[in-house]
Amino acid sequence: MKLHEHQAKGLLARYGVPVPRGRAVWTVEEAGQVANEIGLPVVVKAQIHAGGRGKGGGVRLARTFAEVETHARNLLGARLVTQQTGPEGRVVRRLLIEEGLDLQGSREMYMAVTVDRALARPILMASARGGVNIEDLAASEPEAIVRESVDPLAGLHGFQARRVALALGFGGALLAPATDFLLAVFRAFEGLDAGLVEVNPWLLTADGRFVALDAKLDLDDNALFRHSELAEMRDTSEESPLEVEAARHDLNYIKLEGGNVGCMVNGAGLAMATMDIIKLAGGSPANFLDVGGGASADQVRHAFRILIADPDVRAVLVNIFGGILRCDVLAEGIVAAARELNVAVPVVVRMKGTNEAQGQAILRGSNLAFETADDMADAAAKVVAAAGGPR
Amino acid sequence: MSVLVGEHTRVVVQGMGRHGTYHAVACREYGTAIVGGVTPGKGGTTIEGIPIFDSVEQAVRAAGANASLIFVPPAGAADAIIEAADAGLGVVVCITEGIPTLDMLRVKALLAFRPTRLIGPNCPGIIAPRARCKIGIMPGAIHRPGGVGVVSRSGTLTYEAVAQLSALGLGQSTCIGIGGDPVVGTTHREALEMFEADEQTEAVVLIGEIGGAAEEEAADFMRACVRKPVVAFVAGRTAPPGRRMGHAGAIVAGGKGTAHEKMQVLRAAGATIVDSPAAIGADVARRLGRLRG
Repeated sequence: MKLHEHQAKGLLARYGVPVPRGRAVWTVEEAGQVANEIGLPVVVKAQIHAGGRGKGGGVRLARTFAEVETHARNLLGARLVTQQTGPEGRVVRRLLIEEGLDLQGSREMYMAVTVDRALARPILMASARGGVNIEDLAASEPEAIVRESVDPLAGLHGFQARRVALALGFGGALLAPATDFLLAVFRAFEGLDAGLVEVNPWLLTADGRFVALDAKLDLDDNALFRHSELAEMRDTSEESPLEVEAARHDLNYIKLEGGNVGCMVNGAGLAMATMDIIKLAGGSPANFLDVGGGASADQVRHAFRILIADPDVRAVLVNIFGGILRCDVLAEGIVAAARELNVAVPVVVRMKGTNEAQGQAILRGSNLAFETADDMADAAAKVVAAAGGPR
Repeated sequence: MSVLVGEHTRVVVQGMGRHGTYHAVACREYGTAIVGGVTPGKGGTTIEGIPIFDSVEQAVRAAGANASLIFVPPAGAADAIIEAADAGLGVVVCITEGIPTLDMLRVKALLAFRPTRLIGPNCPGIIAPRARCKIGIMPGAIHRPGGVGVVSRSGTLTYEAVAQLSALGLGQSTCIGIGGDPVVGTTHREALEMFEADEQTEAVVLIGEIGGAAEEEAADFMRACVRKPVVAFVAGRTAPPGRRMGHAGAIVAGGKGTAHEKMQVLRAAGATIVDSPAAIGADVARRLGRLRG
């Protein structure tokens, strides 16, 4: 789960990470009030779930109250286009009004904590180069990134944090505050069950204070059950409405731009493979939809409704390998959905596994115009033809 | 011989709720020796003729369990895995989906000092058709005894591959579902190593997907140590970057972990790359010289 910058900073502050003073606002009026509380100058920052906001014009300095108002008015409700949003951009619904730190004589670094999948350990990364895209830096100058692998049972040791701080050149009086900063971010990573905490830029002010100038925090969805308060921070307006609707029914749906073949599959691997084979057959998948291992007839009905709510879909492929999910249950769900929703697009069904014969019989007995297929290749060819042929 | 499990395997099922009980019975019907269940607080009772214990340790002492199958919900799953390892079980299969990643990191660190092999979590389990030993939720009926080892991060896509193999008369030595999470107990590389050493296994089907570098690691190992034919499919060529495709581990992050990249390194390491997921069985047959084409 992604969080906004203001949420990330609020949470990091609880673990002792220094952040600029600031607050989120939803209206122009609030923006003025908060600027008044904090004192000028302030920075007006668009809050969207995408990076590259600075270059996209979503971060603006205001030296007067009139400027605060102008920036807030221009940003709220506007579509912000950045490198990460795609050409359609994202609508700005909230702003972070934050104290404008004096950047004169300051230094910008990078630091992050994430999970190293290959080693199955947390990893702390830092670089003296701040404000850069870390993936670009890793490709062009891997030696500019310092890495410290962390024992998940022991946590980040003080000496490890010091080693990183020293590698970035923070000796003498700067060693203790730099170390404290790194340790605090690591504590937040652990305490919040984060997948990623990234502080970029990580600022050292001219008067020797370390501050998180920007912060990105991704939480582990699987750990939200023990952080109910964090789960409430989800901003569903940043997600596609169909994806939010699917999640309400425990369905995993992802819309793919430019596709016209809807697909409904059980299991994530088979769902990806189904998208791949649609492409191989010359078509273009409109979505990923995993109904899960033990889907009910009701979930199948919801899945169908979500699929055909996408106006791009010209034909639907249902590909199910019955294990726990029995083919007869699936068939009942499909028939009920097709009747209730008056499905107008062609539907190709390929079922295999548990109670396959019963499932086929239910489809045939329904007198609805389902096309059936024996294997995945046959199914893909049929559905691509039904959607209007290769594109 | 199959890998990891066989006639000697005696399984305790941890988490005998509705789900756990259903699959305990299905495993027993397939032929697996299900010797007990664990539900703390229900020790001394029986469910479907299966004796229930309060702890894994008791199931080891009283019923001789040497493997476990876990259905415990996410909040208690890490504890269940560690309990099984602490009781000295050799093989622990965790079906549970949705275990927090940091819990799994701690589990992996604790297991590093023990002889226990963890399979999963978020996986269909392991099955050895000749020994009639199934520790998992896969449909047993699609499997046939034979010489193909299957290792996969996915559930139903594995069933698809197995059904294709069986339809062509290509039975399986052992099928291992290693799970779709970012951190799993057994990796592709470790499964390959076991299949390479197993005399029943003559070829390996490796099914990967986007995210992480487990397939790349397997390719490195293949190049150095694998002589048996490997046929590989990687799912997710059409997956958009930065999106988690159902499995917690299936995500292309920072341009890394793409299907294309994985297929390339596996091909370079000598694997036959299957283009179409409908052709996994046929490509294995061709590689083994049992089908013209």
